[in-house]
Formats: sequence, structure tokens, C-alpha cells
Amino acid sequence: MKMRGAKILIESLKREGVKYLFGIPGGAVIHIFDDLYDEPDIEFIHTRHEQGAAHAADGYARATGKVGVAIATSGPGATNLVTGIATAYMDSIPIVAITGQVPTSLIGNDAFQEADIIGITRPICKHSYLVRSPEEVARTVKEAFYIAGTGRPGPVIIDFPKDAQINEAEFEYPDRVELRGYKPKYEGHPRQIAKAIEMIKSSKRPVILAGGGVIASEASQELRQFAVKAGIPVTTTLMGLGAFPETHPLSLKMLGMHGTRYANYAVSNCDLLICIGARFDDRVTGKLDKFAPEAKVIHVDIDPASISKTVDAHVPIVGDAKLILKEMIGRIEPLDIQPWIKQIEEWKRRYPLTYERSSDVIKPQFVIEQIYEATKGEAIIATGVGQHQMWAALFYQHTKPRHFLSSGGLGTMGYGFPAAIGAQVGCPDKIVFAITGDGSFQMNIQELSTVVTYNLPVKVAIINNSYLGMVRQWQELFFNRRYSGVYFKHNPDFAKVAEVFGATGIRVTKPEEVRPAIDKAIDTQGPVVIDFIVDSEENVFPMVPAGAPLQEMIGGLA
Amino acid sequence: MAKDMQKHTISVLVENRFGVLARVAGLFSGRGYNIDSLTVAETESPDVSRMTIAVRGDEKILEQITKQLNKLIDVIKVSDITAEDHVERELALIKVSANRGTRVEIIQIVNIFRCHIVDVSPEALVVEATGDEEKIEAIINLLKPYGIRELVRTGKAAITRG
Repeated sequence: MKMRGAKILIESLKREGVKYLFGIPGGAVIHIFDDLYDEPDIEFIHTRHEQGAAHAADGYARATGKVGVAIATSGPGATNLVTGIATAYMDSIPIVAITGQVPTSLIGNDAFQEADIIGITRPICKHSYLVRSPEEVARTVKEAFYIAGTGRPGPVIIDFPKDAQINEAEFEYPDRVELRGYKPKYEGHPRQIAKAIEMIKSSKRPVILAGGGVIASEASQELRQFAVKAGIPVTTTLMGLGAFPETHPLSLKMLGMHGTRYANYAVSNCDLLICIGARFDDRVTGKLDKFAPEAKVIHVDIDPASISKTVDAHVPIVGDAKLILKEMIGRIEPLDIQPWIKQIEEWKRRYPLTYERSSDVIKPQFVIEQIYEATKGEAIIATGVGQHQMWAALFYQHTKPRHFLSSGGLGTMGYGFPAAIGAQVGCPDKIVFAITGDGSFQMNIQELSTVVTYNLPVKVAIINNSYLGMVRQWQELFFNRRYSGVYFKHNPDFAKVAEVFGATGIRVTKPEEVRPAIDKAIDTQGPVVIDFIVDSEENVFPMVPAGAPLQEMIGGLA
Repeated sequence: MAKDMQKHTISVLVENRFGVLARVAGLFSGRGYNIDSLTVAETESPDVSRMTIAVRGDEKILEQITKQLNKLIDVIKVSDITAEDHVERELALIKVSANRGTRVEIIQIVNIFRCHIVDVSPEALVVEATGDEEKIEAIINLLKPYGIRELVRTGKAAITRG
């Protein structure tokens, strides 16, 4: 059947099972929106800024495991998506970003609202397409979703000139993808797996380091079975939170710059590091040549380029974490490593996560603990970036995959609230909390209008210390308390802001009000903003100073 | 470190598509790898192009370059042919100052190298030199004393033997 390019796009998105588009219309996508007007199967979620749309698509993808879709017009619409695309790229999140483009005849002419979005996004996306004719639309959409969602997932951009939207072509949706340059490898090499098993069996001090790849490949069950069967302790990266239940005795919680002491000690003293779906980011390793100095390294990753990029792997296994773990579960036996387990338990006893409690002032860690208790750990948590992000990572017990959404690689402030919107759209029955700083929240505060418009019951918990807290912490510790450019002298009353937008606002200034406010927010039908006025100079501890080895942590001692 | 920075010749088969060169070039600049030279043109099948990239780096950098190139969707095949038996050629056009006194000498050098003179004017000659990198370097060095006015090099093209 013949139809115009815009309609072919809609039909193709439906074939890919797309239910929601996050975005903002504009001149270069107006034909797509015209076809969307009477399309019952796809709901358009109108965010208030394209960055919000990109993060919402990302949050939707992280929470559901499906590909999230954002749409924006050409020029400024497209460039506003950029931070969201880079965020998804760094964390390997499958999104497809559709941008309008000026007609092909005008490309390169500095036309109105023209930007070379393909050029701009080239280093921050998995792949991109400029659709030059309506004939290319269906195949492009098919490939884009396939590339975004398979292998190491990532963002794909479809740049769609206006004439290709208007002109007609025969619509036929391809049923398969043929890409000779893209063939992800899923099965792990049997010989490498056998080598890994031997190495694990002979290790005395093994640790598993699980990353976001475990979540991407839906391998949490397998990871748990494997770790429990062998009896190996598990630490996770920020991206891996929820891949292994932190309530389990084998959990070491998160490692790295703001990891637990026991996780960092375990990794620093292990003789075997089994890294699954993580890429040894500098925030994880600390000083590289002092990282896990005595360890042999087994590295499971679907992206060969992640293996031996920073930390050399003795046994590299390229493939899908789930399939490889499945293989390994059958071949592993319980390890005889009692002294090591005892040592780790000793570290856990001596160096628990802790903070100074107070009955006068709200401690940010206390807020996080209370959110955990009130939601029984069932909530989806989305965060901004900074101190509150680390507290949410540390003081909430993460037990389920796809329940902690955070910008790990790019560290995008303002990610949390729009990501929570995407998560709530994808998981309407879940309690979704955006835990955000006062700084992060103000970077996408306009999305309050979105949650009210669509009555999305997102609960925003602002950890409000009137500072860009993480920068202030660095300035306190390493710059002689010279607080440069970090103080929010005139923060608005966020509860009132929420009310003005049409949401419920609660301002909390005393510790005893914390839990009632959280309970009230959960019981409230619509969106709620709780402004927790917290201890303004609280620090995130423990901390590995930048460039120091992992075992050299400061603070956070009981 | 410096002695580990080996010269490598990487042969890359790519889809002959709009934007592929930018992706490859961007990968190198974005990740801080230096390209000595890059040539690209269509192969025997019009939908495939071959890039020959001359780079310098230690083993780790080369491994990353190869892996990162392989990650590009439009890249079909990457081979580091440095260690393989292969033939490399480069073409250089050298505009060298020449007057009545030096012209004969220059022509002799050109003949020894089996190169050609492709343009003659009262004050200059244009020499076309084809060969591997060493040969090109050698003739450039020999012509330098006469005054090289302009130099264009294509970068190397390489193909495995057999």
C-alpha cells in the first residue's frame, strides 16, 4: 500500500511495538504529528523540553527493557536531545531518537532550524541514519530498533527530512535485518568458559563485579544462582545496582569512589575478579595500577572493546552475560573459601555503611532509608547526579533489576525527574520516586507540567541542601573550603513551585516529619514533590579521593 | 614507550555509504588516535569501499582501534595487515625548483628511482613518484637540496599478497 513517509514511520513504529513517543512537535515533524493525530495505538507524551523527552525515553527503556522513543523537530529540537542521547550512549541504553530535518533540497544551506544532528551526535550514538526518501523509512526503522536493542544496546538517531515525510512510497515492513557489519556475538567461547571455571575453582579469594550488562541481558537470576551456588561475594557498579540483591549475605553493595569499604577492600585483596557486564570506569577502579593488584581477571562482556581497555583480562569472554552465566552455573561447585568469607564478614562488621544520626536536622541518608522502608524496596528509583545520587545508591537496599535508574557514565544532572516520568509511563502500577538534588531538579523542573498534564503519580524527593553538594564536598575536602559557585542563595520554595504547577507540594524541615511526608506522598494519587531541607554540609562517605587507590578511603567510619 | 609506538597498516572494508568516512575519522580524533594517512575508494564491488589507514600506536592502542572500528555498524571487516605479507604503494607529486644548472641532475635522480617527470616549466619540475614509504621518503630527501616548492602525497594503499 502506498502512503507518505510520515505515515510509514508511524506504521513501522507500531510494528516495533512502540506504545509511547516522548517529545515536542515542530515544523520539521509536523507531518508526523498530523499522522499521529488519529493514531490510537501510539500515545504521545508531550514533555516540556526535548532533554526531558530523551531522558524519559531512556527511563522508559531502563525500567521496561524495551526500546524508548523520543521525537523532536529539526535544529533546536534536535540539539536539545543531545545530552539525553549522550547519557543513553554512556550507559548503553536502547533508545531511538527521531528528529525532523529540513527538506533534502535545503540540507547544507543553513536553512531555518537546520542543524547537522547526524554530525553532532556521531560520537555519542551507536548508529545514525539520514532518511533520504520515503522508500528508506521502513527499513531504517527496522534496523534502528534492531541496532538499539541488541548487542551492547545504545541510542540510534533517525534524521528525517520533511520531503521524505511528505512523499509517498509503497509500505512493506521488512521481517528481517541484514547487516553484514553488525553481528553481535552472544554465545561465549566454550574454551574460554572452561578456562574461567578452572580459574574460579582454584581461587581462594574470588569476587564477582557485576555491572549494567547483567541488567541489560536480564541475567540477574542467573547471576544470583551462580554466586550463591559457588558462594562468591558480589559487588556491583552503580549501573549494576539491583543486579544482585543487597539484602543477601553475599552482597558487598557498590564499589568504587563512593563504594562501601568492604567492597573496596574485597576487590583490592581478591585473587580473582570475575567482572560481568562492567567496563572498569575510572570511578570504579580508582588508581588503575593499584586496582585489584593481586587478582587474575575474568571479564565477561558483549562488547569486545570493553575487554582489556583499561584492566587487562586474563580470561576474556565475549558474549551475552545471561547465556554465559547459564553455562557456568552447571559447571561450578561450591568453593571452599571459608577464610575469605570470614575476612569479608569481618570487614562488613568493622566498616558498615554509617552516618551520624540527628534529631535536630534531617540527614539525607535518613531520608533515603525512610523511602526504602516506606516502599519496602519495591519502588523504582530515578536519581539526578551528585551527593543525593550516591546516598540513594548506598542507603537504599537495591534488590531488583530495572529499579534504579541513574546516569552513571555521563553523570547528567537533571536526569532523574524526566527518567522517572518515562519509568512511570512504562510501569504505571509501580511507585516511582525521583530522588533528586535541588541542583539537579532545577535542570528539568519544567517537567512538573508534564506529570500534572498526564497525571503521572511520580513522587519527587528533593534532597535540598542549597548547594551543588558534590562540588561543595570536593571544595571542602580538597580546596580548603573555598565554596566557589556552589551555593544556591535563592532556591525557590519547591513545595510552592509544585503547587503552582498543579502537583502536591510538601516541605519537610524536621526529622520526625520525614516518614509521614513520604507516606502521604505514596498515598496521594497524583504527582507529589517533597522538599526535604537537609543538613547542608553533609558529605558522602566513604570516599576514595580522585586518583587514589581504592583501598585508600576517607571518612564513613563507625 | 616510544619504541612500542609501531607503525601499522590497517585495511578496513566499509559500506560505500554517505557518512562512513566521517564516522571513521571521528573515531580516531574522538579517541585521540593519530592517523598518519588515510586513503579510501570504491573496491571491485561498488557498494563496498576500502580504507587503508596508517597509524602509530602500541599494542594496546592498536587493539582498541581495531575493536572500536569493528563496532561501527558500517564497518564490514578490519584487518591489521602489518604483520601479513602485503604490498604497499604511495604516490607523491613533488614540485621541485629546477633551473638550467640543476635540471639534469634532478632528471638523473628521477631516473634512478624510476619515477617520472610529469610537468616541466622554466623554474620547476613536477615529479611523480610511486613506491613504498621508504622510497618516497628517499626521493624527497634527495630532492630537498634543490628546493621543494610543493608536495602532495596520497597516503598509502595496501593489499595482501596471494
